[in-house]
Amino acid sequence: MVNLKSYRILGVSLLALSLLVPVYVNSANAQQVTINGAGATFPFPLIDTWRVEYQKVNPDASINYASIGSGGGIKQFTEKTVDFGATDAPLSPTEFEKAGNPVHIPETIGSVVLAYNLPEVTTPLKLTGPVIADIFLGKVTTWNDPRIQELNPDVTLPAEDIISAHRSDGSGTTFVFTDYLSKVSQEWNDAIGVGKSVQWPSGLGAPGNEGVAASIQGSPYSIGYVELAYALTTGMKYASIQNQDGNFIAPSINSTMAAVSAAAPTLPEGSQPWNNVTITDAPGPDSYPISSFSYLLLYKELSTNPSMNEQKANALVEFVEWAVTDGQQFAEPLGYVPLPQSVIDINEQTLRSLTFSGNPILTN
Amino acid sequence: MSFKDSKITHSELVKKLDLRNKKSFFGDNFFKALVIGASLYTLLMVALVLFALSEGSIPIFLEEGINFITGTNWNAVEGRESFGALPYIIGTLVSSAIAMVIAVPISVGIAIFITEMIPKKLGTVLSFVVELLAAVPSIIYGLWALFVFRFWIRDYIEEPLHNSFGDYISIFARAPFGLDVFTAGIVLAIMIIPIITAVSREVIKAIPHSQKEAAYALGATRWEMVKTAILPSSKTGLMGASFLGLGRAIGETMLVTLIIGNAIGMAAIPTSLFSQSQTLSSIIANEFNEASNDLHLSALIGLGLVLFIITVFINIMAIFIISKVSKSYSNLRE
Repeated sequence: MVNLKSYRILGVSLLALSLLVPVYVNSANAQQVTINGAGATFPFPLIDTWRVEYQKVNPDASINYASIGSGGGIKQFTEKTVDFGATDAPLSPTEFEKAGNPVHIPETIGSVVLAYNLPEVTTPLKLTGPVIADIFLGKVTTWNDPRIQELNPDVTLPAEDIISAHRSDGSGTTFVFTDYLSKVSQEWNDAIGVGKSVQWPSGLGAPGNEGVAASIQGSPYSIGYVELAYALTTGMKYASIQNQDGNFIAPSINSTMAAVSAAAPTLPEGSQPWNNVTITDAPGPDSYPISSFSYLLLYKELSTNPSMNEQKANALVEFVEWAVTDGQQFAEPLGYVPLPQSVIDINEQTLRSLTFSGNPILTN
Repeated sequence: MSFKDSKITHSELVKKLDLRNKKSFFGDNFFKALVIGASLYTLLMVALVLFALSEGSIPIFLEEGINFITGTNWNAVEGRESFGALPYIIGTLVSSAIAMVIAVPISVGIAIFITEMIPKKLGTVLSFVVELLAAVPSIIYGLWALFVFRFWIRDYIEEPLHNSFGDYISIFARAPFGLDVFTAGIVLAIMIIPIITAVSREVIKAIPHSQKEAAYALGATRWEMVKTAILPSSKTGLMGASFLGLGRAIGETMLVTLIIGNAIGMAAIPTSLFSQSQTLSSIIANEFNEASNDLHLSALIGLGLVLFIITVFINIMAIFIISKVSKSYSNLRE
């Protein structure tokens, strides 16, 4: 009896061992490199497409990306548990210092759209920044308010209360939107400010782009903000917004690119702090005023992360270089705004400055 | 009795027990260790949770002091940090109270119906269905409420109430759109009804037949029988069932996040049934992932501690009430 039992245990353990063996063989294979990243949820569909497409470019590098949110991405990057981080908002001075002055690499662009639900109105609404701020401050409360009517003289606006919808979860989208409102409305800047989650004085909070979209679509006479990609795919109605030059611009990939190109000359180098970088309320006649970069975070000296080796560092930087150049072709079909050449140039320069143990990684 | 029934003789039995004793000695010890281990595990987990929550919320209590409990501001913007939990404590209590007011009578009603009013076979089928409902994940109820149910509530309950009483009674004052404490309370009620029902049914089932028959024998109608025989003797059990439901309602997260409207700060204190609000668990779910700095994170962990304390307090109150009720009932019997 006893013998039989011990044989059985031996058999089971051998079986278990045999299952483990291939794993060891795999990791012993020197050719394969696994690059781990974590961060913002907004660029996840794009990064995931890159992950798949990059297999064709470099079959030896496999990319993992966990979309856990910008905050989590910064945290894991700072704790050096991932090889690169991703965040929708640039690092604040304290975050920048804590993370050991990493470089910011803008990898794609997001736009925020004011979507609304007005069953009777078919022509696109026109809005200005200060009016949007007052709607979300709860000061403009009805749709036929003279300030909205003034902007839309040809539209018959209903005498209904405005329901404003905002993101209840901490979000880069909220950061961009409140950044814009703080620039165009002094009162917003004083009372609410800029942040990934702010103290909304009124309105409906809903989690995620989907939540806000569902709230708007389900509540007549509501208005809220969602990502451009989300508005384009769900077919919601959205407003044209007045830019610095006084033109009413509808959100689109082209009008966002115009804004980024207009703001590009003011951008810092990748290794400098980016916390003051913002491309909302950009100048230029065709610029859509509410958009922002989403960033990848890398160490300037890649050996700062002890789990990094030279081979991995090379693969990582090559991947990022591919993503900000050739990888941009996958942006538009997914509803993302591709980087204009001026930003790609800045990124190239940043990537060239990266080193491993003091030696530059990109030599060409 | 079993000794008489069995055919083996006494000496054979002694022999058998004796033989078994040697083997079962290990079994007994093993079982004892297992049970003690399991109960120590529970205690250890509670202690660890309490420790982690307390440790994590030290920074916020150092910063805000008692203001963290009584404050109504919730501002995570860098340079303007200020955190107060009061609105979410109120939101949690109000939404759970609405849920309890709706769920308890309905659940007890269903339980009585299943055990007393319908044929046993039908009752079995019905209890199976109820238990099936109890197994539905709460996110399903939440999404259904967000995409379907809230429109029914808005169109058939909230709007008529608002239009007829809104101008006179303040709790119906705000223009409803279906995402508010009222809807959250109703959907929470729907979520906890199966649990309260399932436990209540077992409690009522356990009442001796003799009691019910005695009531009938005295000429009681069915309602009088329920009133005099079932409800008094199952009071403790029904209360236990209700508190079980309350515990789930207070801690429920995703369902509430989807439909309560997630207001923040002062705006989250409900002034009417149709106000947007926020519960302790929903704001944690909303903001934890993207907490902007360490103080914000500590404030969210602090909310967890508050929720933990509220839950413990409610459970202690439940034990207290149950012991009091069962005591008064036993006095009555004597």
